[in-house]
Parts: sequence; structure tokens; C-alpha cells
Amino acid sequence: MCGIVGLFAKDAAIQMELGAHLARMLASMSDRGPDSAGFAVYAPPVEGAVKLTLRGPAGYDFVALAAALRGRLWGTVAVQPRGTHAVLVVAATEAVAARDALATMAPELVVVGIGCSMELYKEVGPPAEVARQFQLADMQGSHGIGHTRMATESAVTTDGAHPYSTGLDQCLVHNGSLSNHNTLRRELRRLGYGFDTENDTEVAAVYLTAKLHEGLSLDAALRGSLDDLDGFYTFVVGTETGFAVLRDPIACKPAVMAETDRFVAFGTEYRALADLPGIEQARVWEPEPATVYQWDRRA
Amino acid sequence: MKQRAFARVIDLGQASVRDLNQALHDLGPDSNATHWQVLNPRGRHALAVGVDAEVTIEIAGHAGYYCAGMNKRATVVVHGNVGVGAAENMMSGLVHVRGDASQAAGATARGGTLVIDGNAAARCGISLKGGDIVVKGSVGHMSAFMAQAGTLVVLGDAGDSLGDSIYEAHLYVRGTVAGLGADCIEKPLADRHRAELHAKLQLAGLAGQVDVGAFRRYGSARQLYHFHVDHADAY
Amino acid sequence: MDETPRTPPRLSATFDAHVLAEIRRAAATGIYDIRGAGAKRKLPHFDDLVFLGASISRYPLEGYRERCGTDVMLGTRFAKQPIALKIPITIAGMSFGSLSAQAKEALGRGASIAGTSTTTGDGGMTNEERTHSQTLVYQVLPSRYGMNPDDLRRADAIEVVVGQGAKPGGGGMLLGQKVSERVAGMRNLPAGIDQRSASRHPDWTGPDDLQIKIEELREITDWQKPVYVKVGASRPYYDTALAVKAGADVVVIDGMQGGTAATQDVFLENVGIPTLAAIRPAVRALQELGMYRKVQLIISGGVRNGADVAKALALGADAVSIGTAALVALGDNDPALEAEYQRLGTTAGAYDDWHEGRDPAGITTQDPALAARLDPVLAGRRLANYLAVMTLEAQTIARACGKSHLHKLEPEDLVALTIEAAAMAGVKLAGTEWIPGQGAS
Repeated sequence: MCGIVGLFAKDAAIQMELGAHLARMLASMSDRGPDSAGFAVYAPPVEGAVKLTLRGPAGYDFVALAAALRGRLWGTVAVQPRGTHAVLVVAATEAVAARDALATMAPELVVVGIGCSMELYKEVGPPAEVARQFQLADMQGSHGIGHTRMATESAVTTDGAHPYSTGLDQCLVHNGSLSNHNTLRRELRRLGYGFDTENDTEVAAVYLTAKLHEGLSLDAALRGSLDDLDGFYTFVVGTETGFAVLRDPIACKPAVMAETDRFVAFGTEYRALADLPGIEQARVWEPEPATVYQWDRRA
Repeated sequence: MKQRAFARVIDLGQASVRDLNQALHDLGPDSNATHWQVLNPRGRHALAVGVDAEVTIEIAGHAGYYCAGMNKRATVVVHGNVGVGAAENMMSGLVHVRGDASQAAGATARGGTLVIDGNAAARCGISLKGGDIVVKGSVGHMSAFMAQAGTLVVLGDAGDSLGDSIYEAHLYVRGTVAGLGADCIEKPLADRHRAELHAKLQLAGLAGQVDVGAFRRYGSARQLYHFHVDHADAY
Repeated sequence: MDETPRTPPRLSATFDAHVLAEIRRAAATGIYDIRGAGAKRKLPHFDDLVFLGASISRYPLEGYRERCGTDVMLGTRFAKQPIALKIPITIAGMSFGSLSAQAKEALGRGASIAGTSTTTGDGGMTNEERTHSQTLVYQVLPSRYGMNPDDLRRADAIEVVVGQGAKPGGGGMLLGQKVSERVAGMRNLPAGIDQRSASRHPDWTGPDDLQIKIEELREITDWQKPVYVKVGASRPYYDTALAVKAGADVVVIDGMQGGTAATQDVFLENVGIPTLAAIRPAVRALQELGMYRKVQLIISGGVRNGADVAKALALGADAVSIGTAALVALGDNDPALEAEYQRLGTTAGAYDDWHEGRDPAGITTQDPALAARLDPVLAGRRLANYLAVMTLEAQTIARACGKSHLHKLEPEDLVALTIEAAAMAGVKLAGTEWIPGQGAS
């Protein structure tokens, strides 16, 4: 059980303040998600490059890692450490090589997310502290989603926190509780997918990843989940150019959206949106159950 | 919201929700603080809950969950939207939402009137126990689920599974109904129903503006009042 | 010619007499069997645990002179007025509707004499119970029958009921024959119809939203009263942690032996876990959150005597709650009424068709003539006697273990007689150092 927040900027000023807004929204959802928090920020992409968000033990020397990695790759390696995480930027053509190199050089590190713009951070701890640890308030980007967690049936660990990466520039956050995830997990394992936790959300994330690998669009994959997933869920999926929202047909878990000519925002409670600029005049509404909503910068 | 010179103002930017509710609970029968205005609600929960006094409370903005929960005798006006469970278990009085209401609006309300100028989401009037709800917009799915007594009047449309497992509450919908729930059927609109509908619309300030004949009435088929195996798939 | 010897008739353990009769009944009626009480089949329970009394390494306390305290405080986390009870045994929630008004009054009288609390049920608060019960816990259930802020304010504590042990995941049930005029009036239903009840709360789902609901209930009552969260034993470790995170002062866990007024027999016997298996996980959750003894734990479901009380407390509970046992103390299933039980097609000790409302003891009925048979004053006295005996029994055991207060009992004072009980309760198998199941993570 949890809190979800999301913000999609329509103008440059909101993009510059994206992290500051998300940090505040995340903190407002602390009561309903005190255990851990995470967020994905879609920061400006680097031409021809790919970002890998890594997570390591406290105090890990990511700068030294980047230096060592430069010796293994042809192109440049830039690094931006933030607490237990770091974003490595490598040439897009070297993404696979970089992953392989990291697997042997630093097996203790976890690749949390990969994308042209997506940077993904998550940790155990109160949401405000997690945001501070990663300096979310300073980040800029076109859009971002965040999550505060109250663990229901699995342990409070970093791996158990959301978002879960579901593909390049894509990740999932979830509020609710699935009831048939164990069976789905077994089936997905049989198809060759790996799992790090006993968490139901991880199953939903891998399920979506599998559907996308099969060639379905995100919209079709989400609509498929209405049949294949049992339980209560509000899903928010971050994509390279926007985000998608889906509520289960019973729709017991709340969800509120707000739109102005400057942003589109999502919050589990209106409280998360209350401090956004111009919220007083925003169109505020609740997404309908069993309906996929998508916002895309290209649209 | 208009400023009123004689009103007591509580600014939630400085005071807490606890301060607000305690002040409202401390009102004695001889108090002359009969009009209250609450500023900067910003989606906070449990505003003006458990009030038992003949006072008017205006909330200047959007409220969170359970606004005016278990209200007795007070008039609560929200100049904005309300979250989940607005006026839940209301006993008497009036709650008027100028904007939209989230899920479970008027849940288990036993008396009083809830008026929503905008739309209400799913499960409006769930388990209603005698209160009256008037929604000028539309209501979401599973509205009036297990509604036992009272009335739900909807000027707009109703979502799927309207009145599922309904007992004796009266439902009036002017727009389209996406689907009826278990044991809920359309029923004829007799003169006494038109009169009831007129009275509820009057409570909502719509007297004379809306044609009662444009509504359709829905209620219990009463097939589930005593279990019978032939109706097992309704459970 | 000699006859060939026949083999004697052999009944099947799988298709035993009860199973066969139930199949026939289902075929005849087309409806599931509904009854009251809790799971009746044999389950690992407190009987499978015994105490290690004082010996050479441990010394007992003398009875009477050397104190063994029994008091307990509930609701110390947030409430301005936590509840102080003289004994760690409370009366569980049972509705007016499932029980007669006289029975509710008797429970209130007996509990007050003993210095403990009673709990309302799925029908709301009656004046009889509030008047006669010194400490009254008011339930907030999915149905919200009779719910009102005045009763919230005149209650001593509030119990949000997520579920009960007899039917975790199910709602209340009261059949038409018990929906009398008075019951119907309190529940806003037409008299005489079968009451269908919701299994989820109408205005919240999930611990994150429960937290906001609890906040509302506290705001309505000015943070005066403790808020309990009651759940049927299913996933007690997670449920306890979530109740704490949602803001509960007290967690109540009800095992599958816990009774109900009426539900499907198949639900009673096949959903929910034994009380014995629910206690250690709940305690572990509290300990891991640093909330042990700060958020109190009440255990219910088949508590019958002072030994059960002592065992539940030794495993870590702060108190226990009784339902079925309290009704028996009042006079339920009394052998003196055997002739009438026979006429109902049953026998004393087996009578569980409480939903029919024809209880000869006048307890689980709304029939005025039957209900009049129960004298609330006498029955209240009987309950008080029974509670006193349970308390004395628990103290006797605790003193034998060298404890100056029932709360000083600990899991290491117990050993188990079976492997199942040892695993479920997390205590050693008697005569060994082995706790089964504690090697795997």
C-alpha cells in the first residue's frame, strides 16, 4: 500500500523545477508510504548516449568505477554519483558492452534502470530522506514519477521499493495489492525472466516487460493486465516521452489527476497536488477504472 | 468564497486540523460562533468531522477524505472538491460540495442531505441508511451499492452496477445508466415518487428548474431478501 | 454348510457420517449449510503446550502472599484515555441481533464485576450494554449498522474490524428470523429479511487508507479513545505490521476457532489459521517494529481456561478475548435443556444453529419468550465467576513459574507436546532442544 506521484511538464519553467515539485509531492505522501521511496526522473538526454543508473553499497566509489570502465570501452564514460546510486553515461553503441563489463568488474552493483533520459533512484527510509539523499530537489527533467511504500506482504528492502524498471526508459509504480502474482511469477520464470524479490509489483513490472517484448504496445499490454492480473491496483508507468495510468475495474485505490496549461500531475491524494503552481485553477479529475490513459510529449 | 465579517476564520496554513475540529466540538448550545470559514484546506483530511451544532462551515478550497464525516445538524459548504467518503455516516444537516466528489460520497449516511454540484465518483451512496444525496453531475460505478434507505438523485448519468444488492433506498436518475446491479430494476414513477423527487430537488436548490418527469426510478426487485438457490449467481 | 464370515461394516474416514449427511443436505436444499460457533474440527491448540514449572533452577512464588499481578493497560500509544483493565481477559464483539438484549446485559454486568471490557458487534450499541458495561469497546464494521458519532463518543474504545477468525474475508450474516422489529430498526433494514453484509469497508480499502480512516475516528472523538484494529488470523505477521503502520493502538487477532453468529460451515472450517499459529508472527512483527508492549496485542479464538490465558500471554499477547466461552458461562448449550436440544435435532454441546433464533437458553435468539429465560443478573454473576476462575488459574500457573505478573510469562516457559504445536508456537518440543521450522528463513 502506497502513495504515487507523477508530474509531466508542459513548459520550460516547470522542467527546471521538476525535481523540487516531485520532492514536495513525495514528502506529502509519506504517511501512506513510510517505509521506502523511489522515483524516476526523465532528465535531458545526452546526444547519442545512454544512461545506466547503478546502485551500490554505501560509500561506493563510483568515480573510480567510471575510470576503470573507460579502460574497457571505446567511448567516453561520464558519471554523476548521488548517494548510493550513480548515473553512468556511455555511448549508445556501447550500452551492451558496458553492462557486460560491469557484471564482471562490479557484480555487487545493481543496474536499476537504463534509458536515454530515465534516471531511477530508490532506497529504504522515509520518503523525505530518500529524496534528500539523491538531491531530487535539484533535478530537472521533462517528467517524472515517484512512489512511497508501505510494504504489505514482502520485506522492506531496497529491491522491494518502486519504481521497477520494465525496459528502456520505462518503469512502473503501483498502489494496491495483487492476489495472483505467485502464479504469474512462476510462469514468467519459465519464460526466462528473473526476479529479485517476492514483491507483487515486481511481478506486474516483469509481466509488462514480457508483453512489450512480445511486441504489444504499452496500451495493449496494460489492457491485457486487466484480464491477467487479479487484485487491486493503480499503475503509473513512466515512458521515454510521457506516462500512462491504469486503475483496476473495482478501483478501490484512489487516484487524482490535475491539468493546467503548464503541467499534468498525478497523485494518490489531492494533498500531493495542493502546492503545484496554478493548482487552484487546474482541471482536477479522477481516472476512470479499467481505462488506459497516456500522456506523450510528442502528442 | 465571500468573506463574512462575522465569521470565525481558521487558516489551516497556521492552525492544525486538530485545532479546527476541537474548536467545532467545543461549541456550546449558547455559542454565537455560528459561522466559520476555513482557509487553505489544501486537500487535508477529516475537516469538520463529528460536528454536532447548528453552525455553518465554509471550506475555501479542496478538501481531502471524510470531509464533514458523521455530520450532525451543521451546514458545511465546500468551495472546491472533496476526497473519499465526504459526509460519510452523516446524521443530519447539509453538506454542499460545489465541485466534484471522490469515491464513497455519502457512504452509510443516515440522515441529512448531501448535494454535489459536480460529479461523484464510484460507490456514491454506498450502504446508504436514510440520508438524501443529490448529484447534479454524474455518478460512478457501484453507486448505491447495498443502499438500505434514503434517496439518491442523479441529474447526469450513472455508471455500471447501479444499486447492486440494494435494499429499500430510492434511486432517481435523469441521464443514462450504464448498467444495473444485482437485484436492481427500473420501477414505475408514480405521483408519490414525483413528489418525493420534487422535495429532494428542492433541498438541493433546484425547485422548479428540473422536470421530475425526466427521471427514471430504480429500486430493489427484492429477490435476494430470502436466499433461494435459483438466485445463487446473483451472490 | 457354514456361512462365509462377512467382514464387518467399515465407515470411511474420508466419507464419514458427517460428510455424507452434509452431501445429502446440500442435494436436498441447494443452499450451503449455515451455522454459528467457530471451527469445530481438531486443531493444534493451547492443549498441545505445557508449562515448565519451578524446579531446582527456578523458584515458585507463594500463592496469596506473593503477588502475581493481572492488570493491563490498553491503548497507551496515542489515546488520551487508555483503558485500564483488572484482568487480561476481555469479552469479544458479539452483536445485539445475534444475541438477545438480556445476553448483552449479562455480558456487561459480568465484565464490570470482573473489571474488564465488553465489545459491541455488528448491530451497534444498545443502551443495555452501555449502561451495564463499565468499559465498552465500540466496533466499526463494514456494514456500519447503527453507526453514529454519539455512540463513538460514549464508547471507551473503538475497534475497527477488518475481519474475524471464523471467516477472514467474509462479512456479517443475520437471517430473517432474527431480524426482529428492534434489530431491524437499529440496522435500518426491513424486518424479517435475510441481512446480506459487505466484506469490505465502504469508505476505505487497504492499510494506507485505513490510516486516514483511523485519523478521522480520532478526530471525531478528540483523540480520547484507544483505537483497536481487529483482523482474522490469516497473515498475522504482515497484518500486525500494517495495523501498526495504519496507526492502531491495539491489534486484535482472532484465530479460526473464534466463533461467529452465523456463516457458511465451509468457511468456518477451511479459511483462517489456528490461533496457536497466529501469536508468534504477530509478536515478531511488533518486536521488529520496536512496538512490542507499546502497541498491545489481544488474541482470541478458542480461549477456554486460565491455562489458555497464561499460554497466550507467555507467547507474547498482552490480553485475550473470549466469545464462545463467555456464552457457555452464561448458559449456552446447557445439558439441563437436553430435551429441547433433542427436539431441535441436536444435543447439548453441539447446538450451533444459532442463526435460527430458537435458542432454548435464550442467548442467541430474538424470540421474547426464549430471551426472557435468561436472567441477566444471574447470568452476569456466572460470567464474573468464570472470569475469576480463569484469572486465578492463570495466576496459579504463573506463580509456579516464578512470575510476579502474568506479563512476565515468556515463550521459554513453554514446551510443546507435538511437532505441529512446536512449529506453530515457536517453542521447543518437550524433552528436546528442537523448534521445528526455525532453520529455514
